[in-house]
Amino acid sequence: MIDFLTAAVVATMPLLFATLGEILTEKSGSLNLGVEGMMLMGAVFGFSTVYNTGNPFLALCAAFLAGAVGAFIFALITVTFQGNQVVTGLTLTIFGAGFSRFVGDHMIGSSVPRAAQDFFGKVKIPLLGDIPFVGQIFFRQDVFVYLGYIMVAVLSVYIYKTRPGLNMKAVGENTAAADASGIPVNLYKYLHIVAGGGLCGLGGAYLGIVSVPMWQEDVVTGRGWIAVALVILAGWNPIKALVGSFVFGALSILGLWQGSMGIHISQDIVNMFPYLATILIVIISTHKNRKEDRPPGNLSDPYFREER
Amino acid sequence: MTSTPAIRMERITKTFGTVTANDNINLTVWNGEIHALLGENGAGKSTLMNMLSGIYRPDSGFILIDGKQVNIASPKDAIKMGIGMIHQHFKLVDVMTAADNIIIGQKGKFLLSRKDAHQKIKEISERYGLEIDPAKKVYEMSVSEKQTLEIVKVLYRGARILIMDEPTAVLTPQEIQQLFRIIRNMKEQGCAVVIITHKLNEVMEISDRITVLRQGKSIDTIETKDVKVPTLIEMMVGRRVELKIKREEVAEKKALLNFSHVTVLDKEKHEMLNDVSFELKTSEILGIAGVAGSGQKELCEVICGLQQASGGNILFEGEDIVGKDPYEIYKLGIRMGFVPEDRLGMGLVASMDIVHNVVLKDYRMQKGVLLHRKSSIDKSKRIVESLEVLTPGITTPVRRLSGGNIQKVLLGREIDILPKVLITAYPVRGLDIGASFKIYDLLNDQKKNGVGIIFVGEDLDVLLDLCDRILILSGGKVTGLVNAQETTKEAIGYMMTVGLEEGFRAARTGGTA
Repeated sequence: MIDFLTAAVVATMPLLFATLGEILTEKSGSLNLGVEGMMLMGAVFGFSTVYNTGNPFLALCAAFLAGAVGAFIFALITVTFQGNQVVTGLTLTIFGAGFSRFVGDHMIGSSVPRAAQDFFGKVKIPLLGDIPFVGQIFFRQDVFVYLGYIMVAVLSVYIYKTRPGLNMKAVGENTAAADASGIPVNLYKYLHIVAGGGLCGLGGAYLGIVSVPMWQEDVVTGRGWIAVALVILAGWNPIKALVGSFVFGALSILGLWQGSMGIHISQDIVNMFPYLATILIVIISTHKNRKEDRPPGNLSDPYFREER
Repeated sequence: MTSTPAIRMERITKTFGTVTANDNINLTVWNGEIHALLGENGAGKSTLMNMLSGIYRPDSGFILIDGKQVNIASPKDAIKMGIGMIHQHFKLVDVMTAADNIIIGQKGKFLLSRKDAHQKIKEISERYGLEIDPAKKVYEMSVSEKQTLEIVKVLYRGARILIMDEPTAVLTPQEIQQLFRIIRNMKEQGCAVVIITHKLNEVMEISDRITVLRQGKSIDTIETKDVKVPTLIEMMVGRRVELKIKREEVAEKKALLNFSHVTVLDKEKHEMLNDVSFELKTSEILGIAGVAGSGQKELCEVICGLQQASGGNILFEGEDIVGKDPYEIYKLGIRMGFVPEDRLGMGLVASMDIVHNVVLKDYRMQKGVLLHRKSSIDKSKRIVESLEVLTPGITTPVRRLSGGNIQKVLLGREIDILPKVLITAYPVRGLDIGASFKIYDLLNDQKKNGVGIIFVGEDLDVLLDLCDRILILSGGKVTGLVNAQETTKEAIGYMMTVGLEEGFRAARTGGTA
C-alpha cells in the first residue's frame, strides 16, 4: 500500500503543476484550454535540454520557458487581439502536440543522462521523512516533488494573502471593476497567463524527465485535460488542487498496481477511472451553490475598456 | 468658492464610429459645488464623465483639474488626480468583502493587512457619516449598501471630485434622502460633486448649478435657483412637452385575473413570492412597487407560465392557469402580452429584424412547415407606423435600434395580438421623456380597450400618476394594495421596506422608518 501511494505521489506531480498553472490563468480571467499543448512543449524542451546538456536545473528552466512561450502566444491572441479563448486554447493544444513530435522525433528512445537521473532520485527529508506512513509516502520523494509542495504553499499565500493576488482575483472576477480601480488589467492577464503556462510546462517536464526518464511521443496522454477539470474540482484553490491531483494520480496508476494489491478488474476498465471521474466532477460541479466556489465572474470574457 | 475650478472641460469632442457622442462641450465645476448634469438618454452625459474617469479619451479638447491641464489616459490617472466616479452599473467584485473591494488596485505592502484597511475605512465612514461593514460580502448587500460602498471606495482613494452616474435610479425615497445627506456632507467638506440624472425634481432639490446636454451638445449652464422645471425640460428635449401623465378613467371594470395565496419558490427553496393574493380587473393599470428583487420578476413570470407556483391558484376568467406552461396557456386561447424587464434577452432576439421577431409570436397560428412572412411583414409595417418607430427599415436587426425604439417594437408586437392581460416590467427604464410618454399613452389606450395591465415600475411618481391601484411587494410578500389617488410616495416607500430584516431595513431607510 505504501509503495502504491508513494508511486501515486509521483503520478500526482504533472497534474498538480498543470492544475496550479491553470488556476493562475483562470483566476486572472482567462480560460486557456491549451494546457495539454503547453505540457507537451515543456516536456520536449525539458527533455531535450537535459539530454543535450545533462544539467537538470537548466532543463527545468527550459521547460518553464517553453510552457510560458506557448502561453504568451495565447495571451497575445486573446488579450491583445481579443481572439476567442476556447478556439485559441484548442489550437495551442494541437500546436503543442505537433511541436513536441517535431522537436522530439530524433530523441525517441533516448534516455535522461545518469547524473540527471540521480539528481531526481529520492531524497528523504530529515524528521518529516521519519513520520510513519505519511512521511514514507510524502517526504521520501525527489526534489521536483518538493518543488510542487512549495508551489502549493507559495500560490496559496499569493492568492489569498497578498495585494497582487487580490488584484489578480479582481481582474478575473470583474474586469471592468478592476480597471476602474486602477489595476493594469492587461498586464495582470499577461503575467498570470504566462506564469501559468510555465507551470504547465514544468508539469510536462516531470513526465518527460522524471516519471519516465526516456523520451517517447505524446508523454502527456490527456493529463492536460484532466488538469482543466481538476481546476473546477479544486474550486480554484491550490491546496484542494493538491488533494485532487493526488486522487487522480492514484487512479491513473491503479491499473498498474491493482495486481500487487490483490484487486482484479479488467485493465481497460481501471484505465477509464480518471476520465469517468472527470466527467463526474464536471456534472457535480455544475450544482455547486457557494458563490466562492464558482468560476471567476469574467472567466473567458474578452475585455475592451471603451466597449459600450 | 476658490478662484480655480475643480474641473474645467473645454471644447470636448468624442465620437464612436459615426456617432458624435460629445460635440464641443464645455463644463466648469467648482469645489464645494453640487453640479447636475442633465439630459435625455444619448445626450452624452455618461460619455463626458467617463472621459474624466479615464474610461474614454477625448478626440479633441482639453481638461483642466485644479487649474492644471491634464491627460487622463486610464482610470489609474483619474484616481491619482483625485477623481472618483460611481458608475450607474456598480463596479464591484461580488465575491469579495467590502474592504477587499476598497483596497484593490491600491498601493501598499505586498502582504495584505486587512486590519489596517478596516481601521482606515472606519475613519472615513465616520467622517462622512456613512455606514458600512467592511467584512460583508458584496453579494449579500442591498443596492444602497453597494452604493455606500462605492462612495467609501472613492473617498478611500482620496477623491476630491466625485462623479455619480444616475445614483438614485434604484433607490427608495428614504434611501435617496440618505444619499442626499451624504452628498451635502461632502460638499461641506469642499468636494466637487457631479450628479448625472434625468430626474428633474431631484435636480431641483440637490444641485447648485445645472448643465443641460442635448444630443451631444452643451445647451447651457444655469444656477438652480434661477430656473423652473418646465424650462429645464424644454432645454433637455428642445421643445415644449406636456408633462402630466394622464390617468384614463374607465367606469366599467370586471374581474380578470385572480391571484389567491400564490407562492413561488426558487431553486434553493426560498420563497420568492409568499402567499400573494390580489385581483386584476379589466380596464385597469395595476402598479407593482417594491425594492429590486422583491418578487416582481416572479410575479410576472408566474402569470405567463414561465415559472411555476408551488401553491395557490391563478384564475384567468375563472380558469386556473397554475401548472400550465406558456404553450398550454396559449392553447387555452388566453391572449397575454408580456414585456419583460430584459428586453433583448427575453423579449426580442437582438440579431433578428422586426419581421422575424414578429414571426416568433405569430408562427403558431400559421399552417404548414414553412413560414408565411407576408402577414408578419404587414404587421411589422403597422407597428412601425402606428408607434412611430425610428428604424432604417423593418429588416434592420433590432439590436441596432435605440432603447426607446426597441421597447416600441416589443410593446407593439405584444399589443398586436389584442391581449386581455398585458404584463409590463419596467417598460420605460432607460427611455427618455418623449419615448416614456409615448409608452404611457399606449398603455392608456390598451386600458381604454379593456385590457388589464400590470405595470412593474421603479419611479414612484410615475406609478402614482399612471396606475389605478398599486400593489407593494416586500421580500415576496404583499405589504400593501393602495388606491393611487389616495396615497403618498413616502407611504409606499415605507411599505416597500416593511418586514425586511430590522438592521437591513434601518440601513435602507436611514432610520427614518
